This record gives sequence, structure tokens and C-alpha cells, in this order.
Amino acid sequence: MTIAQIIFLIVAAGTLASAVIVVTTPNLVHAALWLVSTLFGVAVVFALLNAGFLAVVQVVVYIGAIAILFIFAVMLTRREQRDFGQQMNRFWWLGALVAVATFAGLAAMLQSWSGLSGAAAADLPIGFDSVGALGDALISPQAFVLPFEVASVLLLAALVGAVYVAFNRK
Amino acid sequence: MQNEWLYIGLFIIVGMIIPTAAIGVSWLLAPKKPNSIKSSTYECGMETVGPNWVQFKAQYYIYALVFLVFDVETVFLFPWAVSLGRLSLFAVVEGIVFILILIAGLAYTWRKGMLEWA
Amino acid sequence: MNLWNDPVHVIADWLGGLLGGLGMPPAVATVLLALLGIVILASALMVLDIFLVWVERKVVARFQDRLGPNRVGPYGLIQPFADIIKLIIKEDITPDGADKPVFNLAPLLSLMSVLILWAIIPLAPLVLGVDLNVSLLYLVAAGAIGTLSIIMAGWASNNKYALIGAYRQVAVLVSFEIPMITTLLIPTVLSGSMGLKAITESQGIWYVVLSPLGAFIFLTAAIAELGRTPFDMNEAESEIVAGFHIEYTGMKFGLFYAGELLHAFTFGGFLAILFFGGYRLFGLENLGPAVAAAILLAKAMIGYWVIMWIKYTLMRIRIDHMLTFNWKFLTPLAFTLLMVTALVNALLRDSGTGVYVAGMFFSNVLLGWIALEIARRHARSARDKHERTGPVLETVRRQA
Repeated sequence: MTIAQIIFLIVAAGTLASAVIVVTTPNLVHAALWLVSTLFGVAVVFALLNAGFLAVVQVVVYIGAIAILFIFAVMLTRREQRDFGQQMNRFWWLGALVAVATFAGLAAMLQSWSGLSGAAAADLPIGFDSVGALGDALISPQAFVLPFEVASVLLLAALVGAVYVAFNRK
Repeated sequence: MQNEWLYIGLFIIVGMIIPTAAIGVSWLLAPKKPNSIKSSTYECGMETVGPNWVQFKAQYYIYALVFLVFDVETVFLFPWAVSLGRLSLFAVVEGIVFILILIAGLAYTWRKGMLEWA
Repeated sequence: MNLWNDPVHVIADWLGGLLGGLGMPPAVATVLLALLGIVILASALMVLDIFLVWVERKVVARFQDRLGPNRVGPYGLIQPFADIIKLIIKEDITPDGADKPVFNLAPLLSLMSVLILWAIIPLAPLVLGVDLNVSLLYLVAAGAIGTLSIIMAGWASNNKYALIGAYRQVAVLVSFEIPMITTLLIPTVLSGSMGLKAITESQGIWYVVLSPLGAFIFLTAAIAELGRTPFDMNEAESEIVAGFHIEYTGMKFGLFYAGELLHAFTFGGFLAILFFGGYRLFGLENLGPAVAAAILLAKAMIGYWVIMWIKYTLMRIRIDHMLTFNWKFLTPLAFTLLMVTALVNALLRDSGTGVYVAGMFFSNVLLGWIALEIARRHARSARDKHERTGPVLETVRRQA
């Protein structure tokens, strides 16, 4: 086992544990903070995979914006910041079944994926400009220029929708 | 290179250990004599009225929402800016169209009065 | 390669050889060496931080026509150490209703989010932690952790003032982050890289000449990001006492304070790197890494001094004005500036240097002038309107 694998296992365990706490803790702000821990774990996994851009974006967008939004939502819209309801209902076994089935399905699919069984992918050449390559791909007409512009329209729709909902509540 | 991220990870760990050590030293040396008045919530000497975790202006939430959209936008713009130097004017125009569409969103928010602190 | 020109690698090679001689695997030796470098850098930063307390107190005293610390040691230089001893032996009070784990974690995260910024700062061409190709986004990411620490502190204190302070601070932080990220894109457009070293190296002409407006917007947004006057909504003493750190005492308060000072100095450093040529100064940086690092630190100190100058000269702006200023002035201006910069850069890139620099500079000045003119028109019409239908006049009219 290499050092990277050991780090991965520790981080993955931490990420999963925080994810479990997110759904079990009754304190909603704690849940949001544990969610931050989960998201940070995912960022570390991206970094381990050598995907630096995604790792940083994960922190900037998910921790810097979405987690803050969650915490604001909890603090600003609810009188009680605790959840007094039952954690489980009587169909918990159904949920567990679906989760296990999904995991089994994914595992079976990955089993036959060549990337997992074959040789490890070659390292990127030293000095490879991954962000520049991403930029080239985003604006090259042969590649992803249309999705790039559509993303902008999507963000616009999200903004208009959010404003509309908030406006009507006001 | 993973080594870069290993370095960052080590830096984060050291960055957590140093303040922890400072608090630890203080914890060893400082007196500890709590009493109920000393550890009550400080509000300029006044007694706290009602629960402390209060609900607050929803306007803060709107700002966070608008921020989220623009945050995601700028993330898209960084790769664009990096490869701009190599590319033609067409690429610049694409980026400008991208920004203009989002400025339309800002204008809509502005027009609807969502940016007012009211 | 010798000790004067490349000290870090020479010492690292020497120590690596020494450890390898002891039979240590190279991977472990690399990690140990990295750790050693980080501990040295972080300790140096903490010492610098203690020194910054003295600088800040001395400078504010001069701005307010006082002497500042002058009793303990020459020029009061020992004063911050006395302060540290005081903070250490002060009783640490945790309020009863506080959420203890979150309450204790917040100051640690606050200082950590500042310290980790120095992992990417190039002190000299060969003296830098890592040359990340996503450095600028890393800066924003570290800021996100700082924001989180403030909201954690405010919420966990179980105090209404702390909570209000945290809300305000976070609202200001997230608002001003938009123009800041947008101005971070400007050096990226100009240099074609997000790495701080590449940005420094490409500044044959300082970017403040190519984009003075960008530097100005960055400085403004950075001051808001630091939560300093005129944007210090988080602690507005006259309204909410001390804001998010009202319940913190002793060393935990000290950590917030240290984090704030180091943060301000670090942003002075980023201002220097992004717009003022980093460690470069007329070729002097080629004399050796010690000179280059001294140049960068001096520039950072000047940036820090400008931030202090603004802090101790201006008064606090009301929160609604502050947010209006950001969303209706700074954000549209930053986006327009980005578009103009990209366009002019693409159009004039192949012309001569003189034309390029002049085009960039004057497009910036023109844009700044137009923006100010629009703001002035708007302010005047708002004033006129207020004078016609202002509250005073309204009352008089009703009485008549």
C-alpha cells in the first residue's frame, strides 16, 4: 500500500463518518458543519486524484457558498434549530435495501470497468497545464463552447428563479 | 503533482497545531475559577432576554443566493482567462457573452428590488 | 547552484543526503523536509505577527497624534511580548450556553485560514512553498474557510451581538467576494496564468500600470474581506460591542486578533504580487533570494500601511450603503472592467508595447471616469429628490 492509498482510506472513512453524522445529528447547525467536513473530505479526494482545480472549486463553491447558504437557511428560516422528529420511520429497511442495491449495482458496474482492473493511468507530463487545457476545451468551437454558454443561461435561470421565489414570499 | 497537495495538507495540519499549542500553553498557565456570573452571556452587563439563537432578517439569505450564482460563474471564467492569451478574438467574445448573460441576471435582481437592504 | 542563490534547495539536498545516509527512505525524508520548511515558515510568520501588533499600535498612535507604546524596551519594541504573556496567563472564559466544540474550533480555523495562504506566496524566484497552478482560486478557498470560522464563532457564542456580528460580516464578505474574484481574473487575463510565480515573472511592467482600476477595486474588496474600517461591520463597537468575538477571552481572542493582523499583512502581500511586481524591483531581485524576499516583504508592509492608513482615516459606512456600494457600483464595474481588459488585451496584444500599455492604461482611466460620473449623477439626483420630498419638508408641509 502506498502513502497515497493510506491517506485516501483515512480521508474516505472521515468523509463517510461525517456524512452519517449529518443525517443523524438533531442539531441542524451541527449538521451543516458536518456537511462542511464531508465536502472538505471530497476536496481532499480530488487533490489526491491530482485534480487540483476541482479540489479548489469544491472548497470555493461548496464550502464558501453552498454551506454558508445552508447555515443561513437554517438560522434565518427556522425558529427551532433542532429537529425533534423521529430519526427513523418504519420504512427504514426499505431505504437500507435501496442503498445496498445501489451500492451493489455500482460495484458490479465498476468491476467490469477497464480503468479499475487495468494498469494505472500514466502520470501527466511534468508542467502540464491542466487549467489551460480546460480553458481551451471550454471555448473551442470543436469542444464545449455550447455547454459553456448554456451554463451561463442555466445560472441566469437559477438566479431569476431564486429572486422570483424570494420576491413572492416577501 | 500530488506532492504539491501533500505540502498544502501538511501546511493545514501545522496551521492547526500552532494555534492549538498556543491555547494549550494558555490552558496550562491560566487560572481557572469560573463562577455563574462570570460565565453568563455578556451583553453589556444586561440580562439576556429570550432565546439567544434568534431568527433574523431574510435579506442576508438573498445576498447569499445571489453570491452563489456569481461564485459559480467566476469559477467558469478562470479557465477561460488562463487560455485567453493563446486564442483568437472569438474566444474573448464568447467570454463576454457569458458575462453579459449573467449581468442581465444582476440587472433583473436589481430591478426587482432584491438588492435593497430593507 | 550555491547557497546564496538557491538556499532552500541546497539545504534541502544536503539534509536529504544526510537523512538518506541514515537509511531513511526518500519518501519519508521528503515529507520530513517539507514539514521542517513549513514549521520554520509558520514560526517566522508568528514572530512577524507579534511584531505586527507593535507596528499597528505605533501607526495608529501616530495617526491619532499620540506616541503609542514607548515604555517597554526601545521604542516600545518589547511591548507585544508583554501583551502575549498577558494573553497567555489570562483566564479563559467560556460562556455557559456556548456550543463548546464549535466555540473552540473557530479561532483555530480563523488563524489557520490565514497561515495557509503563505504556502503559495513566492518570496523569491526559488523560495516558495508550492507553485500551484490554481493559486488564485486557492486564495478564495482559504477565504471561504475564514468566513466559515466567523459564522462558527458567532453562532457558538450563544450571544445575540455575536450572532448579529457574524451575519453582517458574512453578508459583507460574500458580497465583496464577487468584485474581488473578478479583479483576480484581471492578472490572470494579463499573464495567462493563475500561478503566483508566473504572474510575478510576467510583470515586466507592473500590472498597476496596465490596470490601475483593477488594483483599486482589489484593494477596496480586500479591505472589506479583512473586515477593517470603513467596512468593519462585524465589530462596529458602537452598535454591537465587538461582534462575533465578543465572548472570546484570553488566548482565543488573541488568535482572532493575530489572524486579523496577519490577514491584513498577507493581503498587502497579495496586492504586491498581483499588481506591484511581487519580488521584482528593477532587477534587484537577481542579487539573491534574501534581497528578493526583502523586496516582497517591504512591498507587503507598504500595502499593509495603506490598509492601516485607510482604516484610521475613514469612518465606518452604514451597512445598507456598503452593500449598495458593492452590488450596484463595484460589482458591475468589476465585470465591465474584466470585459474591457479582455477585449483590449486581445486587440492590442500584437501591437507594440507602448501602444499596448497606453491602450490598457487609458481604457482603465476612461472606464473609471465614466463610472464615477454615473455615480455622481445618481448621487446628485438622489439628493435633489430628497431635498424636494425630504422628511423635514414633508412635516412642514403637513403642518402648513
